[in-house]
Amino acid sequence: MSVTIKDVEHIAKLAKLEFSEAEKEKFTHQFNDILKYMEQLNSVDTTGVEPLAQVIELKNVFRDDTVKPSTSTEEALKNAPASSDAHFKVPKVIG
Amino acid sequence: MSVYDTYEAVIGLEVHAQLSTKTKIFCGCSTTFGNAPNSNVCPVCLGMPGVLPVLNKQVVEYAIRLGLATHCTISPTSVFARKNYFYPDLPKGYQISQYEEPICQHGYVDIDIEDGSAKRIGITRIHMEEDAGKSIHDMDTDTLVDVNRCGTPLLEIVSEPDMRSAKEAYHYLYFIWQTVKYLGICDGNMEEGSLRCDANISVRLKGETKLGTKAELKNMNSFRNVERAIEYEIKRQIDLIDEGGPVVQQTLLWNADKNVAAPMRSKEEAHDYRYFPDPDLVPVVVDKEWIANVEKLIPELPKVRHQRFMESFKLPAYDAGVLTQERELAEYFESAAGQLIKKNEENYKSVSNWIMTDVLRVMNEEKIAVSDFPVTPEHLGAMVNLIADGTISGKIAKEVFDDMLRTKDHPKAIVERKGLVQISDTGAIEKEIDLILAKFPNEIHRYRGGEVKLTGFFVGETMKVMKGKGNPKLINEILKKKLDG
Repeated sequence: MSVTIKDVEHIAKLAKLEFSEAEKEKFTHQFNDILKYMEQLNSVDTTGVEPLAQVIELKNVFRDDTVKPSTSTEEALKNAPASSDAHFKVPKVIG
Repeated sequence: MSVYDTYEAVIGLEVHAQLSTKTKIFCGCSTTFGNAPNSNVCPVCLGMPGVLPVLNKQVVEYAIRLGLATHCTISPTSVFARKNYFYPDLPKGYQISQYEEPICQHGYVDIDIEDGSAKRIGITRIHMEEDAGKSIHDMDTDTLVDVNRCGTPLLEIVSEPDMRSAKEAYHYLYFIWQTVKYLGICDGNMEEGSLRCDANISVRLKGETKLGTKAELKNMNSFRNVERAIEYEIKRQIDLIDEGGPVVQQTLLWNADKNVAAPMRSKEEAHDYRYFPDPDLVPVVVDKEWIANVEKLIPELPKVRHQRFMESFKLPAYDAGVLTQERELAEYFESAAGQLIKKNEENYKSVSNWIMTDVLRVMNEEKIAVSDFPVTPEHLGAMVNLIADGTISGKIAKEVFDDMLRTKDHPKAIVERKGLVQISDTGAIEKEIDLILAKFPNEIHRYRGGEVKLTGFFVGETMKVMKGKGNPKLINEILKKKLDG
């Protein structure tokens, strides 16, 4: 599997990032290097090994359905670049 | 044969049910609807860096409940995944959902169709996920975001594409709505968005086995809209194909005011969600014991209850259907029926009639929930007893019922307070009837000449002088004897 400049552009778009042509070139190489490195894992025989979604050997970590105090609205909006009427204000999105 | 009859629709529904837990799925914030904006929030649901989501156990239990009620296999192990996309109402930049290993899979429900037949609709999967926040767009230059709803637990119920008409889709949705309400896991309020429905629709020539290109229909927030929107979309697709054009795969938003579905502004590449297992959450392991414990919490479901109402109470199918529509109403009927002294078909039917006409009418008019209804089932049952033993007539009962609505008094107390006890004294009734008959010799003549329906007139006149308290059955009997004799 090899990454092309098109893949990099697609991933950048999904991440809402913009790069120069030189950067795209650089990332294409880096992505390919990373994948090549990871390909070493393919040499391991995984026949009969269950896929793993989590490396910590824990299961069923739950909370009870009990209400805990929330953060104040003021506190919640404190880091927002813009707010209005107790709401986060963002550039207009068409729904 | 119209061109529409040569096509069939293939419909699958995705239903989102908001769970009625007290707290959100991954944090202890309240899920109360309608609180001040951004007041039910904390670092977890605000998507602050470094926080750790912890799963609400009740959500898993509710998911198992629905899974069992829809004949699903409950996965021994299920995991959460991140669905990645950017939208301002999703602070983390990803929604925690389930992808490869949902909690429930491979179920089915049997829905009832109008013609009395049943149809089996497959359930592909049911998975747990978090809701997003709310955006307010009707501003000039900005969008405002309220994160209160963010993290509210949802169950997404995905059906197989087994429905063939808008009607079937309606019945399936109704079944799911009724089931989640009976299970007590969702309040089913479609206006508030507690139950939301998206549809995948395609059409094909009858007999064709390949699927056509589908369109996704969103924003149908009532039962009526679901039916109308799907009908609209089926017609649109058939017209398109009939005119030689292709159906384009797209997402359409239903506009209930204009009765049209308009394409959503296409979000390019938006469907590349790059799901991957959420490293912050550990697997959910459900063993047989847990399933058995949840199974005990599942109440009698609507279909079974409907059948039992017909068998145990000898109610007509229609009555049983109305009474079991909602669990609370079914329980109201059962409590009222439990009060009956004479437990017979006639009295059960009488209780049913009172509920279907008077109780439901007042509930709808005044928008009162069953649990808040001023006339308790115990009082309604007691009132039917008073009718059954002849203490009051059905007509007087209406007055008693209205009084109970206002005063919440016991029907017996009302009857005593107002002196409404029915007169069943034959002598007293005869006396009144003799006076009436003496007053209307012409009518007697006409009656005897064949105008039998004048009986009603005499009954009415007698009732009038007796202020409605005469026993109608006795009045009828005595009148008939005197008129015919």
